[in-house]
Order: sequence, then structure tokens, then C-alpha cells
Amino acid sequence: MPATAAPQNTSRSSGPGSGPVLTWEKRLEPSRLMAVVVPVISVILALAVGAIFLSATGFQPLKVYQSMLNGAVGSKYGISETIVKAIPLMLAGLGVSVAFRMLLWNIGAEGQFYMGAFGASWVALTFPHLPAYIMLPAMFLAGGLMGALWGLLPALPRAKWGVNEVITTLMLNYVAILWVDYLVYGPWKDPRGFNFPLTAPFSDAASLPTIAGTRVHVGLIFALVAAVLLAIILWRTRWGYEIRIIGESARAARYAGMNIERNIILVMLLSGALAGLAGMSEVAGITHRLQHGISPGYGYTAIIIAWLAKLHPATIILVSLLFGGLIVGGYSVQTSGVPAATVSMLQGAILFFVLGGEILTRYRLHFGRKEGK
Amino acid sequence: MKKGIRVLLMLLLALAVAVAAAGCGGQKPAGESKSGGNTAGGGQDQNQKMKVAFVYVGPVGDAGWSWAHDQGRKYLAEKLPWVEATYMENVPEGADAERVLTELAEQGNKIIFATSFGYMDYVINVAKKYPNVIFMHCSGYKTAENVGTYFGAMEEARYLSGMVAGKMTKKNVLGFVAAHPIPEVIRGINAFTLGARSVNPNVKVKVVWTNTWYDPAAEKQAALSLLDAGADIIAQHQDTPGPQQAAQERGAYGIGYDSDMSQFAPNATLTSPVWNWGPYYVKTVEAVKNGTWKPEQYYGTMKDGIVDLAPFNKMVPQDVRDLVEKKKQEIIDGKFFVFQGPIKDQSGKIRVQEGQKMSQEDILGFNWFVEGVEGEIPK
Repeated sequence: MPATAAPQNTSRSSGPGSGPVLTWEKRLEPSRLMAVVVPVISVILALAVGAIFLSATGFQPLKVYQSMLNGAVGSKYGISETIVKAIPLMLAGLGVSVAFRMLLWNIGAEGQFYMGAFGASWVALTFPHLPAYIMLPAMFLAGGLMGALWGLLPALPRAKWGVNEVITTLMLNYVAILWVDYLVYGPWKDPRGFNFPLTAPFSDAASLPTIAGTRVHVGLIFALVAAVLLAIILWRTRWGYEIRIIGESARAARYAGMNIERNIILVMLLSGALAGLAGMSEVAGITHRLQHGISPGYGYTAIIIAWLAKLHPATIILVSLLFGGLIVGGYSVQTSGVPAATVSMLQGAILFFVLGGEILTRYRLHFGRKEGK
Repeated sequence: MKKGIRVLLMLLLALAVAVAAAGCGGQKPAGESKSGGNTAGGGQDQNQKMKVAFVYVGPVGDAGWSWAHDQGRKYLAEKLPWVEATYMENVPEGADAERVLTELAEQGNKIIFATSFGYMDYVINVAKKYPNVIFMHCSGYKTAENVGTYFGAMEEARYLSGMVAGKMTKKNVLGFVAAHPIPEVIRGINAFTLGARSVNPNVKVKVVWTNTWYDPAAEKQAALSLLDAGADIIAQHQDTPGPQQAAQERGAYGIGYDSDMSQFAPNATLTSPVWNWGPYYVKTVEAVKNGTWKPEQYYGTMKDGIVDLAPFNKMVPQDVRDLVEKKKQEIIDGKFFVFQGPIKDQSGKIRVQEGQKMSQEDILGFNWFVEGVEGEIPK
């Protein structure tokens, strides 16, 4: 954090005022209290605004909120589905976060997700008779590798010639999605699928183990392990130290003799591999086949999650769960007659207020005269 | 700061769990009937109403496919006051579908209508876990003890709309904005083409795939590309009126689908092949209530009233209307069958011999285009 803030403790200092002025001040040290209070208030405000809207359109806000919560965390099933929804978000969120730390704007998690799903599906469809103990590790490797490769493609021109990775990673998303579409509409189409864009189902050996009776699959462990490893890398290794320093100041890092080009490539490989694993765990854990539209935008949601979590691995896990709950609860609300568009509005309002409130934890709104000298 | 966020999230989660728990506690009776619902007798203890749920792939306001099903749901609720009919919209044909179906079964719904092809495997999966719930899957081909399918001969209405287009085109080029290359859509394009060429053998039908059911912008864009390629009437198999709106912008004609779409492009929409699900939903729910329901594969026809042609726009001249009405009567009377030979494929090879009728199986599995279609089915 650049320390250009006004002195924090003197803001309420008395003295002859020169009329009320409203000013923003950057907090020197983000307020601990605010970091807790503000988001809570933000959510309450969002719910209040939503309540006004809901009442105006003829719904009982409390009932709607209650069914949203019930859907997301009110039952064992709801909780399990919230986790299911959060798994790809966790992995892709962790993936983009490590790139963001180095100020590498990897917008390509969506494409890396698709390529990971592709790689895993290739193994499952090409070698259907492998036993599970070979099949799953092979799918894991193929998924991670394809994701990493898709991260490498934009990393090379960025490292060599400084080609802007925002554009290249974004564009490669479309390439990956179209590639998967080509396969599921073409060569990989299930011959018994009536021309519908999906591959034949994988063999049973290609299914990730699940927690009994739910759809929560081993992908959750991948995500948790990835979060721990990432934290270790970032704060306990030289490589992580370099990543953090390059993110703070590339110039200083270069001056200190760090190889930025090499780090760009390594970080994008890691970032892509994590998103690729998200794709692998989704096909192996949930859909058990590759199909058109396998991701409803996980790779993009992951970007929001990474930022809301301030790129911190543990927080990404938690924020992903919150998003999972928001999505799962959103569907449940519909059974009380609330249209999907209203649900999206509620979800949007919560995001808007939380992100808006975020500013308050970093800046203070100061009433009164301007700081004296 | 990071610690702060973590504490906050914990608090939020705790709050969430607390409120949810409070909600469960406060609503004991509802909770009990809920758990009763998935074993048997579903929801009979709540106001004696039978719970029925609908799952839609698009929003009910799409003015097309999902809207037409929702009209059917409303009709059902109106005709059978002892039914409580709810819906879930915007449910993607993927992992989410399985959860939504499970949730609906868990909530004590006795019948669940899943109204998109891509729900098929998820319907079968969930149906296994809830043997006392009846699942009706629209447009699919897999059935089970408690899973039936239903669909209709939209090709009949498509054929008639093709006749209108064949008569009204000036450039002899028709455009068709098509969703996914699956038999349902291919069948419709073929019927439309056969209808158009029955009145105008010079007509060509150009096809563009959007690979989406619901994406108003993409649908409109596809229509514009067809107009650029010389088409002067745009037909469509999508869930929104986007294609006709594009036609109207360019001063061309369009043909709607699913519901009477004339209000969205009044100067373009000549007519629309439409679905009329309501009576079928009433019949099905009554059959379940009376215990006469069986897992069948229902395929309704124009005679049954499940498919129809929306009223003609005033631009359609009387002689065209008469021609189409006459053919419609022949279809209803069983004197005319859409997929009757001779039918040639795109290469000119005869695929259905003169006098021969295509089998229902072949019609449901259509994977080739008839002569006169310009476009490719991805292989």
C-alpha cells in the first residue's frame, strides 16, 4: 500500500473551522474495525434496498430472504450444493489471484478452464478402459497441463515483447470455448446423443470420488490443498517472495536481480494449471462428459472473487463459498415465485454494496474543515 | 485487514446459518410437510393442493419457448384450482439442472415438467432417487418408470409457415436462424423448406446456427447476416423474437416461433408456428391424480391442438391464406403428411421414396437436410 495518507489520528483535532468540507482521506492503516463493520452494513443495506424493491413488486422480503438462505445453507443438501458450486470458483480464483499478485492481468481463466476440461476429457474418452487409479491421475495431469499451456501462450509474448496479456488472455478464452464447441459438435459428439452437443459419458473409472450422498467431489480437496500450497509458495519461498516483490515494483525487482520474464512464464503456467484443474474437476466430478457451455462463466466470476478476497488464498476459499451460496440460494428463491431477473438484481445489489463499502475500509469520509498544518 | 475480512466472513456465515436455523425453527409445520413430500403422497397435507413444478431454460419473459410453456402452466393453474404450479426459470442445461430438479423433488412436487432437451440425463438421474415423483421431459427420448416424454409435431405448423414464406418471397431466398443442430431443429428447417418449395420450387433456405437457445443479441446478429446474404424473409427456431426484429429493421419479413410474436415486430411478422401446451398439461396432471398416468412418449399433432399457426398478419394476401388454410385442414383431417416421399436430400439423392412416409423414429432422429436447404449440419 502506498503511504500517501493524511495523518490518521489528527483528523478529529479541534480548531477554528473554515466551514464544512467533505473530503476523502486515504487511511494509513486500513481500519480493522471498519473491515468488519462496513461489509456487514453493506450487506444489510443491500438487503434493505432489495426489500424495498421486493415489496414494491408484491413479494414478502423476509420470506424471500429466508428461502434464499434455506436454499444455500438451510439443509445438508443446500450446503453440499453450495460447496459444489464453489469448487470451480475456488480453483479458478486461486489461479487468477497468483497472476494478479504480480500485476499480470490473466483474464483467461475461462479459457484455461475449458482447456483443462478438454485435456481431462481427452484422457477419459481416448482410454476408456483405464482403471480409476491411473485414469484419475492422468486426467488430473492432462487437465492441469492443458490449462498451463493455455496460460503459457499469452505469457510468452508478454515476457518476450511485452504484449498486453489482458487482450491475449481474453481472446484465447473464445478460442478455447470454440475449440471445445468444435469437438462436442463434431468429432467427439456422442453418436447416441441425437446430435446434441455433448460427448459420450465417461466410464465410471473417470468419476472423482464424492462424499456419500452428495455431489461434493474430491475437487474440494484439490482446492484446499492448492490454497495451502499457494500460501506456502507466497510467504515461505523465494519464488513467492519474488512474485510479491515484482507485484509491488517491477523496477525494484529487476534492480535486485530478479528474472521477471521467467517469473511471468512460471506464474502464468501455475495460474493456468489451477484454472485447468477447475475444468478437470468439473467434468470428472459433476458432468461426467464434455459438453457445450460447460462453464457458466466461472473464469470471470473468479476474477471478482479474487479481488474481493484481496488475493489472499484462504479468503478466496471463503468468498467462493459465499458466491456459491448466492448462486444456489438464487435458484431456490425462484420457487417462492420471484423471477430470475429479480434474483440477479438482488445478487447484483449485494455485490455492489460490498464492493462500494470496500472503499470505506481504505478511505475515510471526513466531515468538517480541511486538515490544518 | 485480511484478518478483518476473514472475521467478517465468519460472522456473515454465522449470521446466515443462524437466520436459516431460525427460519427452519419458526416454520416447523412447513418443514415437516416438506420432508413428508419426498416419501409419498406429496404435499396433500398442505391445503390439499398438488404441487407441480416447471423448469425453464430461458426466462418466462422470452416471448418464446419458455413463455409458451409458462402460458401452459398458467392455464393449468386456472383450470385445476387444486394444483399449485410453480416454476424455475433460466436453469442452464448443465450441472445446475440436476440440483434444481432435486430441490423441486425435495420440496414435495408431485410432477415436474422439465422443458428443455438438455435436461434429459439429469431428469433420469434425479428420477431414480425420487421414484414417487413423476417427471415429464419435453423433447427428449429417454423414459423410465416415472419419466415420460412429450413433444409435438411442430413440423406441421412449420410446413404451413414455409408455404407463406414461399409465396411471399421476392428474391426466392429465405433465411433461417437456428439454435442447435439437433433433430428437433433440423426437422423444423426441413418442414419449413418442404412447405416453401411446395408452392415455389425455386426457393432456397439459408441456415445460420447460433448455438444458443436464448441470446437475443446473437439471434438478431444471425438474422442480419442472413439478410446481408440476400434473404428477404427470416424464419427462426430460437426462444425470442430477435430475428424478426432484425427483419423489421431492414424492412424485410419474418416468421416467428413458439408464440404469436407479431406484437414484437408488427411490420415484419407474417405468422408464427405456435405451441399450445395448456390442455396437455391439464390432461397429464389429471391422469397422475387419477392414477392412470403411464410413462409414455407423447407426440401431439395439430389435430390435438398442441401445435398451431398464429393468425396471419394483414400483409398476407387472401389467396395465400386460403391456400394455407386448405392445407391445414388436410393435415388435421389426416389427408396430408409432411414427411411423405419423394423427399430428396441436399445432394439430390432420394431419401424417402414416393408414396412412403418417414417413420416416427426417423423423424425424431432427423440428421440430414432436404433439398433446397443451404447450410451444414456439423458432423
